Amino acid sequence: MKSLKELEEIRNRTLDSVGLRKDRSSGARVVVGMGTCGIASGARGILLSFIEEARVRNITDMTVVQTGCIGACRLEPMAEVFMPGSEKVTYVNLTSEKVRRIISEHIVNGKSVDEYTIGSSVGDTAKQGGI
Amino acid sequence: MEDISLFVLDLVQNSIAAEARIVIIEIIECKQDKCLSLTIEDDGKGMDEFLMSKVTDPFFTTRTTRKVGLGLPFAKAAAQGCEGSFAILSEKGKGTKVTIIFKTNHLDCPPFGSMDQTLAALISANTNVDFVYKHLTQKGTFNFDTRIVKSELRGVRIDAFEVFEWILSYVKDGINEIDGGKIS
Repeated sequence: MKSLKELEEIRNRTLDSVGLRKDRSSGARVVVGMGTCGIASGARGILLSFIEEARVRNITDMTVVQTGCIGACRLEPMAEVFMPGSEKVTYVNLTSEKVRRIISEHIVNGKSVDEYTIGSSVGDTAKQGGI
Repeated sequence: MEDISLFVLDLVQNSIAAEARIVIIEIIECKQDKCLSLTIEDDGKGMDEFLMSKVTDPFFTTRTTRKVGLGLPFAKAAAQGCEGSFAILSEKGKGTKVTIIFKTNHLDCPPFGSMDQTLAALISANTNVDFVYKHLTQKGTFNFDTRIVKSELRGVRIDAFEVFEWILSYVKDGINEIDGGKIS
């Protein structure tokens, strides 16, 4: 059984570890679409995958946040990746495997995974907007 | 939506969009009456009467990215589909409270789902919002409050990896301890 007491231990253990207290505004920002459409298509698992994968690779300056419907419901789960100094990249039809590749290729190595992006996955359907 | 924990995730997104600072999620299970009530209460910007009258209409939405809004209509349909009920109360400037009652012995009652994952996702992705989770069953009560967690952490981020893992296990254990979410 986990207890609140363990938070004290986590705090003591990590107090000196810079990563946990570091200002994350300098790192990558991942925005996961969590509208009804996103959630129904598995956005919760995608959000958790981003966090788990960042943990595995010990990427401490990345933030994961949620937003509502991004606007192309049929392409959910979707996420937008903002790298400092670069344009936003929108990834669609996400799976945990795709998340792993996005973390390693885009967030760690700075090169977007173009085949998972909105541009290459949908072509003209994206222009229709909405459901 | 497949389960109740996903409804929570979906409805709390409304609270976040309404700029809530605190979201209170309360589950009460009553074995005798065979019902589970879910209440989500926030201190967001609330709604006026016009908006209130429209929210469960699937062809109404406040967002601009698409023309339909299915969150509340889905929740209402799920409640009604298992002979439960749905109610929404809101006051402009004060906040909104949604209550859904599920009849747990009904064939179409959705399963409970992974509330630990819903809470961990909400907390990690919205570090500036506080969440209170109260779960009551005949066996006991499980309370979880991110304000307490944050005060214990004193400076360590609530979305730090170790804290994230702790939240997942703490909530899961806490709900198991009171035999919560075991819808028959």
